[in-house]
Amino acid sequence: MKRYLIKRIGYMLVTLFVIVSITFFLMQLLPGTPFTNPEKLTEQQMTILNAKYGLDQPVGIQYIRYLGNLVQGDLGYSFQHEGRTVSSMISDRIGPSAFIGLQALVFGAIIGLILGIISALRHNSVFDYGSVAIAVIGMSIPSFVFAALLQYYVGVKLEWLPVALWEGYSSTILPSFALSVTVTATVARFIRSEMLEVLGQDYVITARAKGMTENQVIVKHVIRNALIPVVTMLGPLAVSIMTGTLVIEKIFSVPGLGEQFTLSILVLDYSVIMGITIFYSALFIFVVFLVDIIYGFLDPRITYNEGESA
Amino acid sequence: MRRKIKNSALTLGMATALLLSGCNFSNSTEKDDEDKKVGQTLNVTEPADIPTLDSTKAHDGIAFTVLNNINEGLYRQDENNLPIKALATEHEESEDKVVHTFTLRDAKWSNGEPVTAQDFEYAWKRVMKDNSPYAFMFVTAGIKNAEAILNAEKDADELGIKAIDEKTLEVTLEAANPLFQTLLTFPTFLPQNQKFVEEKGDQYALEADGVLFNGPFKLVEWTHEQGWKYEKNEDYWDAKEVKLDNINVYVVKDPSTGSNLYETEKVDRVELSSALVDQYKDDANFQTMQESGLVFLRFNHNHPVLGNKEIRRAINMAIDKKGLTDVILKDGSSPLNGVVPAGFYNSPDNKDYRELNGDFNTGTVEEAQEAWTKGLKETGQKDVTVSINIADSDDHKKVAEYIQAQLEDNLPGMKLEIKAVPFAQRLEIEKAIEYDLSLSSWGPDYSDPMTYLDMWLKDGSANRMDYYNPELDKLVAQARIESDLAKRYEMLLALEKILLEEDAAIAPLYQEGESILIREKIKGVLVHPTGAEFSYKWASIEE
Repeated sequence: MKRYLIKRIGYMLVTLFVIVSITFFLMQLLPGTPFTNPEKLTEQQMTILNAKYGLDQPVGIQYIRYLGNLVQGDLGYSFQHEGRTVSSMISDRIGPSAFIGLQALVFGAIIGLILGIISALRHNSVFDYGSVAIAVIGMSIPSFVFAALLQYYVGVKLEWLPVALWEGYSSTILPSFALSVTVTATVARFIRSEMLEVLGQDYVITARAKGMTENQVIVKHVIRNALIPVVTMLGPLAVSIMTGTLVIEKIFSVPGLGEQFTLSILVLDYSVIMGITIFYSALFIFVVFLVDIIYGFLDPRITYNEGESA
Repeated sequence: MRRKIKNSALTLGMATALLLSGCNFSNSTEKDDEDKKVGQTLNVTEPADIPTLDSTKAHDGIAFTVLNNINEGLYRQDENNLPIKALATEHEESEDKVVHTFTLRDAKWSNGEPVTAQDFEYAWKRVMKDNSPYAFMFVTAGIKNAEAILNAEKDADELGIKAIDEKTLEVTLEAANPLFQTLLTFPTFLPQNQKFVEEKGDQYALEADGVLFNGPFKLVEWTHEQGWKYEKNEDYWDAKEVKLDNINVYVVKDPSTGSNLYETEKVDRVELSSALVDQYKDDANFQTMQESGLVFLRFNHNHPVLGNKEIRRAINMAIDKKGLTDVILKDGSSPLNGVVPAGFYNSPDNKDYRELNGDFNTGTVEEAQEAWTKGLKETGQKDVTVSINIADSDDHKKVAEYIQAQLEDNLPGMKLEIKAVPFAQRLEIEKAIEYDLSLSSWGPDYSDPMTYLDMWLKDGSANRMDYYNPELDKLVAQARIESDLAKRYEMLLALEKILLEEDAAIAPLYQEGESILIREKIKGVLVHPTGAEFSYKWASIEE
């Protein structure tokens, strides 16, 4: 186990390094300058600004310098927001994204589980078709359409919840709901097909033969085993949903990170692009790692000893 | 088991509380109740956060608007966008109009210190020292040594500004400059309190408590990416003119979210996107407003065919601009047949520039074709295939497709290819003059027609099409030092005639506009063409 952990962490660092390097050099290929107001800057001013930020140096030197700062935990300053550090921008904005994402995950997982379980247990019934239909619609309607509908009907027409802005818990409900649609649909479909598979397994028949009640069989054997693949999928889904989505954040005026990432690429804010990319990938790599560890607890068939794992 | 559930419930509760505290909610529900007690509150939106509140580094309309409302410089823009004295009570000029002496009124910063002439000297030199984005405004204003400092030939300390004593400020220009007063309204020319700036160091102007106020309002709250809040500044010298007690500004990036907020009465003024115009155009509170931005076609003057004047004139005439603004864009834009937009720049006897100069290069399709044939004959061509360089925004794509259809239909033998690239690249292609036609836009730097006219100087950094007419260069130089305002205005009118009547150097398309919803009770919100977009000093709510 220990050796496995050390090896995995080593791989994680290498992966992160590769991502940092590729992003750094790809970013240099984007046309334009990171400076504000490029349309009005004279050549002279550009030269002075480039020198000030070290952008007149060869890319190789800039790269080494960046890595040096990165190792010391310094992500640098934003070009667009003069004087603000990239780390403060990320820490200011990850909160709202994470909260909405987590809440969406909870909404989505609960509704998805219920739908999935019902349709598996009542296979080929009206309930089954109904929840499959909901899942398909949920997958195919983009979340921003759902967001706009929610905003208009729940916010403007019914006035039950705030239309947008970020002013307390009630502001988080609509964006979370809009975001949870995909989660609901994915979880429901996954659970349904997994449960159908598990229901046909020998150990379920054994459990029934031992005289367990139907409820015990479902909870202890079927759902538990059906959950394993859902965990695999939920990990990365959690990361992508918690790091923010451009559209939902824009529609509900949520001060989250997703919007910032897209914007920084458009305006070529080098240090912010790098900072958020590193943040995203580190989180992603870590969650994948975490999921692998959780596996071991959920499924006794998986071990982490060299050579034994299949 | 029960214990376990209790524990996990507790953990969950704590985790939620922790997460919620990381959310940075702006706690405005509480404040709404307070607002009702204290009177007039205006609620508006802005499309983005404030990039910085440091007046020496600010570079966009949002920051300029905030600075304009929380600070006071020597001059301020009035409802006609003309400069009126603000912090300056007197402004004396030497006979050659090179040395300007200002007397400052008694005014206080929000930390209790007086606003002094040294504060101006400090801030202006700081702009030059840091080579700030708007440092070129000091060159435009013609302040002594500004150009040499920008070219790193002189030190920032040698800028032509000197505090004679606490209340007397002396500014020396390179030469007489009729634009000087107009430019002084620009937020880059605001004063800063040296002690405070240095005390705050690299934290200066990053948060609401990191700046000082000496203007009509105080910034009492600023939550990044969410919004900010102004409160009336009771210590402002002209506080009796200020009617609003509070202004809440919300960052709203999506126009349809804006209109939904307007519907629920959360905000009092929103800008509409063209998609929303149809829905609201019959609403009593719907208004369209002209803006000062200009969208036009640049021609590569080195191109074998486009280098021909008649060809350019033909292209000018072949595009139905009204169709473009009214059918395609529908966002409040209006057709423009000149380089200076309508409605902002009045002559000394108060007539609009556009009315005085009229329209250039308009005509029927037949006249366009006539010029086209003539141009083709002069260049010895039968058909012309050119490309147009555009930024890949939705609006510009729509405009380019419309132009393509118009030109290919109306001008026989004309073929236009659209090349869409990211905005930054469009600009680089323009700077390198590696295009045939380019769909460009221009926002004015200051409230005077000159900002649209001196772009076309031979080596002007905004020329970007190798246009050169020595006559224009000569007249710009003359107008820059002409202190008789009536004569100067005549020159400004003549400059546009050289550019368009004589040379048809560009093809202006439209003047930008915006469609807004604003509640009737809101009065006196001033909208400016340059620098700060809004002045709230004279705004009020009349129930």
